[in-house]
Amino acid sequence: MSGPGGDQPRLVRAPARPSDLLVRGAHVLDPRTGLDGVHDVFVRDGTIAEISAPGSIAPPRDVETVDGSGRHLFAAFVDPHVHLRTPGQEHKEDLETGTRSAAAGGYCAIVGMPNTSPTIDSAPILGALLDAAAREARVPVGFMAAITRGLRGEELTEMAELRALGAAGFTDDGRPVVDAGVFRRALQYQRLAGGVLALHEEDPALSGKGAMHEGAVSTELGVAGIPSVSESAMIARDCALAQYEDARIHIQHLSARESVDVIATAKARGVQVTCEASPHHLTMTDEDVRGLDTRRKMNPPLRSEADRQALIEGLRSGVIDCIATDHAPHARDEKEVPFEQAPMGTTGLETAFAAVHTDLVVPGHLPLALVVEKMTAGLGLIDLLVPTIATGEPANLVLVDLAAEWVVGESGYESRSENCCFAGRTLRGKVLLTVAGGAVAYRERSIMLSAA
Amino acid sequence: MRHLLSIADLTRADIERILDNAARFEEVSDRDIKKVPALRGRTVLNLFYEASTRTRSSFELAAKRLSADVVNFAASGSSVEKGESLKDTVLTLAAHSPDAIVIRSPYAGAANLVAGWTTAAIVNAGDGKHEHPTQALLDVYTLRRKLGSLEGRNIWIVGDVAHSRVARSNILAFRMMGAAVTVCGPPTLIPRGIEALGCEVRYDLGDLREADVVYALRMQNERMDEAFVPSLREYAAQYQINGRRLGPRQVLMHPGPVNRGVELSGEVVDSPQAVITMQVKAGVVVRMAVLYEVLAGARDARSAPRPTEPLLA
Repeated sequence: MSGPGGDQPRLVRAPARPSDLLVRGAHVLDPRTGLDGVHDVFVRDGTIAEISAPGSIAPPRDVETVDGSGRHLFAAFVDPHVHLRTPGQEHKEDLETGTRSAAAGGYCAIVGMPNTSPTIDSAPILGALLDAAAREARVPVGFMAAITRGLRGEELTEMAELRALGAAGFTDDGRPVVDAGVFRRALQYQRLAGGVLALHEEDPALSGKGAMHEGAVSTELGVAGIPSVSESAMIARDCALAQYEDARIHIQHLSARESVDVIATAKARGVQVTCEASPHHLTMTDEDVRGLDTRRKMNPPLRSEADRQALIEGLRSGVIDCIATDHAPHARDEKEVPFEQAPMGTTGLETAFAAVHTDLVVPGHLPLALVVEKMTAGLGLIDLLVPTIATGEPANLVLVDLAAEWVVGESGYESRSENCCFAGRTLRGKVLLTVAGGAVAYRERSIMLSAA
Repeated sequence: MRHLLSIADLTRADIERILDNAARFEEVSDRDIKKVPALRGRTVLNLFYEASTRTRSSFELAAKRLSADVVNFAASGSSVEKGESLKDTVLTLAAHSPDAIVIRSPYAGAANLVAGWTTAAIVNAGDGKHEHPTQALLDVYTLRRKLGSLEGRNIWIVGDVAHSRVARSNILAFRMMGAAVTVCGPPTLIPRGIEALGCEVRYDLGDLREADVVYALRMQNERMDEAFVPSLREYAAQYQINGRRLGPRQVLMHPGPVNRGVELSGEVVDSPQAVITMQVKAGVVVRMAVLYEVLAGARDARSAPRPTEPLLA
């Protein structure tokens, strides 16, 4: 679905020299192409030039060769849901640090949310941001624009103009579109403007002053709770409206088991709805909030074990389409306050794969191929990029050592902020090299240049 | 014990030790000169981010009776109103090297945070809706004096449980001391999953006669604005502890201040079953024991003077 000019969302990055690279002997895994075995992958001028049996490609003298033996090579990850805090909150993150963080996490493309200061709700602001990204972004980055001006939930933004300029979609992320009438008009207007509506779902009247999942733990801690039904009831409403208007919606950061049920039912009815789950909701619960560590305060909150299991099952069954981080940096002093006062959000780009791998793949709850598929699917849902390992495709690759263990935060973060909910945990699986849009975007220290 | 942050951190033996010490301090409060030198030269800082007359003055009296120097820091009229963060305030005050900080905050976990930012001993005087451990200790102390033991006793906590740190600390403490606890109140003010704390839940006072102890909570007026109950009149009709509902052998408790005519009728406040002033009196000796515990008790348990007769003499 696109606008009158067939407008396409834009991904932009700072100029980067296309790479020449030979990854030798890595276990190449791409569920989309069926690749699942040891191969050499040769990248020439930023494009995958050859995939062949190990040792069959003689390393050209001018090409960097990376030893992939014992390591895995995937299509690099994509994230349709990150907060780059630019413009206006560059003390938390900026385009350079945010995309550097993405590259370190194995991402080849990400999409920033518009709840910045000012809000990305007009063409000049989006245009300026795209220009800045074209100077600063280490990996290709797109931006969603707001559904309503100032995220106030009242008047629609100039969605057609924003889309024509390259908006990756529309969202009031951070807030729901509370007024069903306003939301319905946004759905109708999609027929002109195109672009998926990505939705942060909760009913503020039910969430109230809640700061964590409502349940036995919140009761014990005396912290006001956010009930699961605050999310699932809103999703049910929006699926009904999307079906009525024959529009396309994407539900962000699913957290509750009831929400998985609602979306499963909606999909079965033919509603054009996709959804995402975040690594922290897949690996942690409200029990992890007992210490009132503000890095574990996010919205939606970490919920119960039954909710977590439902999300995992949702990935297995296909109800949940992708894994997205909701990377939400906050400065140290903003988080060093009592839990109830702290802003919501955790960083996530640098830990996403390792956390899911450690907690879900290593113990055998999910197959590795499924996790790779879900971590590379998010941008396809909004008409952007599905990275693929195939000859002739642009090189979007991530080389991972699945056996390597590391302690989160021990060597700092690429992100400007350090509010990571996994801080201090030992994770298995380390990103060694990221190629994004044909250019090397990240190299772990151990990956050295071996060619001139 | 380094800090007193929550009842959940304590064992039954901890509670008994603190309350036994409180009993020894009882005698001090009855003297003409109500002072012992146990904490002479120590500084206790009262850091109160919420209005509190009773708890603050109770802590102040407790510290002074142990000869500690006391500094009171109230949030209103201070740098806090000028936008200073909790951490900056605490670091500033910590520069004066207090030995103990007594903190009350509208936010859960504030005392734990402060404990991580200074070397002072921290006493939680109420953190949001989370805990109010010294209140629970003084309530257990009062009941031990009144009933001998809490073992096997049936205690009903009645009222706004959802917004009550007193309820949370008391459920834990009463259970730890062997009592059975029932919470009762409007369904809108009983938080989800409270049973996980080991208590029963009732929504009416029909079986109140089962209780050995009735602990009424304060009905806060601001809950009215949030429409948790239709009216104070309806609340009183359903949940007020009055002469008709309170049996002659039941003990009546309340953390104060009482809303007469709302959660309690005037007649029961003034009845012999009410131990509300005993609770207030217990507050000082229990807080003396708590300050003694964190400042003199644990750090050098062997060399510190015990609050025994020679010390008090």
